[in-house]
Amino acid sequence: MAQAVNEALAEELRRDDRVFVVGEDVAEAGTPFKVLSGLVEEFGPERVLDSPISEAGITGLAVGAAMTGMRPVVDIMFGDFLTLVMDQLVNQAAKAHYMSGGMLKVPLVLRTTLGATRRSGAQHSQSLQAWVAHVPGLKVVLPSTPYDAKGLLKAAIRDDNPVVFIEDKMDFRVKGEVPADEYTLPLGAADVKRGGEDVTLVATSSMVRVCLEAADRLEARGISAEVVDPRTLAPLDEETLVRSVEKTGRAVVVDEGHRRYGVTAELASVIAERAFYHLDAPVRRLGAMDVPVPFSPPLEDETVPTVEAVERAAAELCGRA
Amino acid sequence: MSTAAPQSSLDATTQGEPWLEMYRRMTTIRLFEERVNELYRGAKMPGLAHLYIGEEAVAVGVCFALRRDDYITSTHRGHGHCLAKGADAGRMFAELLGKEDGYCRGKGGSMHIADHANGNLGANAIVGGSTGIATGAAFTAKRRGSGQVAVCFFGEGALGQGLLYEVMNLAAIWALPVVYVCENNLYSEYTHYTETTAGDILDRPRAYGIHALEADGQDVRAVHAATAELVERGRRGEGPGFLLCNTYRYHGHHVGDVDRSYYRSGDEEDLWRSERDPIARLAAWLTEQGLADEESLRALEGLAREDVERGLRFGLDAPFPDPAAVTDDVFA
Repeated sequence: MAQAVNEALAEELRRDDRVFVVGEDVAEAGTPFKVLSGLVEEFGPERVLDSPISEAGITGLAVGAAMTGMRPVVDIMFGDFLTLVMDQLVNQAAKAHYMSGGMLKVPLVLRTTLGATRRSGAQHSQSLQAWVAHVPGLKVVLPSTPYDAKGLLKAAIRDDNPVVFIEDKMDFRVKGEVPADEYTLPLGAADVKRGGEDVTLVATSSMVRVCLEAADRLEARGISAEVVDPRTLAPLDEETLVRSVEKTGRAVVVDEGHRRYGVTAELASVIAERAFYHLDAPVRRLGAMDVPVPFSPPLEDETVPTVEAVERAAAELCGRA
Repeated sequence: MSTAAPQSSLDATTQGEPWLEMYRRMTTIRLFEERVNELYRGAKMPGLAHLYIGEEAVAVGVCFALRRDDYITSTHRGHGHCLAKGADAGRMFAELLGKEDGYCRGKGGSMHIADHANGNLGANAIVGGSTGIATGAAFTAKRRGSGQVAVCFFGEGALGQGLLYEVMNLAAIWALPVVYVCENNLYSEYTHYTETTAGDILDRPRAYGIHALEADGQDVRAVHAATAELVERGRRGEGPGFLLCNTYRYHGHHVGDVDRSYYRSGDEEDLWRSERDPIARLAAWLTEQGLADEESLRALEGLAREDVERGLRFGLDAPFPDPAAVTDDVFA
């Protein structure tokens, strides 16, 4: 996964002189996750810039650079630090195009991370995608495979809008096929990761692998689960979700953000509003517990949706608990 | 001397004499703002506005030291900056009135006017919110080697915002051609700045190694000269500058702030109006120098008034947007 992100950035830096990367330790260090290793060597410190620890400052600078014709990619190491850039992202980047009646454009990508179970404590483990997906004017991308990450990141960099691109930091070492030829993937197209007939598992980012594993277990019990990954929360491909649930009649929605007022609530309501008469059971939601992420491993592991929890919820919906 | 290149019917009349053009522009801002106040008081304008009256020499002195393709970012008290950078009064009135022909098609309003063609990247209703944008515009200019500079206008209230210090640090370490212009009008809303501001203001940019100057914000010539120095440094690649302009707003924080006695005295207001008025001071200097007389100044004021009145009619006559436009331009 890390290599896919790295290749996407390298290809876009090569293709378009307006693209630059800015963030803490993005150059020589290649980020603490080593996702950007080698970029500064090829593109130089003018285009891969190590910044001070000033998340709001670099995001504000990127908004101004984007407005004036550049295509910045801002690296915000941990998703928890979104709190530090919220004014620049929400009040500036997201609104400039609309507030100016379409005059200004902010083609900015803000890359950050999500995900618990890395034993990093409450300020380095949150999954805050719901916060940004709530804001009109922002696009929000949550890739779950190396293939998706590369194609979606290249599309995000070419998009004329601010895009928040959130990677699961537990997934950087996940392996997957990526074509040798260049490709992009459209923002706003869900992907059916596995076909099935009895129940739809709607899963984002880190939860896609959890749901695929749960689907394997369900299959062993004679339950055919379809796994749908929206891939982008905004724009949201409602059609693919609704079509799947119309077919299966049951849905479990799984996202690693907090359950309360979270992404699962929005996805479940889309399904309830548009596929109500096809539902054989209420939509179920699984998200992170509504507690700050604790440090101690047995505590932290309690907070996130697990394969077992997804399997149980799906089996219950199918009357097979 | 470098001047802005605003397209103006007066250029021929003044034979390129920049001080007369500055006089006219300052007068335009004042008359524009007086009309805005009347629109508010007559309940003809939705919402509020923050008037720039009293501070005209800052916007004009700064913007006349810029090229048309230089960038500015502005504030909630931004009408003066927009007009000084070359915006059309008619499209501004239309925006203030929420009309389709406004700069932002009615979607921005008083606090969000942008005018990309004249380098204006937008006014901002978050205090200090545009400091990053101006710094980023300077980043672009440096990357392109375009020789452009970016000017970031903000009030002294923004000195309390952390973002300013983050981006001054960035501008200094990367030697970006940005000039931070602090308009100290003494009051952050309803609080005197000395109650909220520790130490010496100029020590703050200087701590980052930023070349910092102070100017009498009621003297357009002083503002212009200081800006020109900082702008030229920026164009030469010598990095950011900071200009502190000491000024005063004659009116309240916004048009509805009419009872101000609890935070400042009428005597103080009278003093600034009668002895430190930037337009009267420029008029006196022009007369003294033999560059103008009563009649020519009256002619300039007449031209400014014509612009403003024509603009006001345009704004009032302009149609409101079609309600269906509410979903336009959320995304590019």
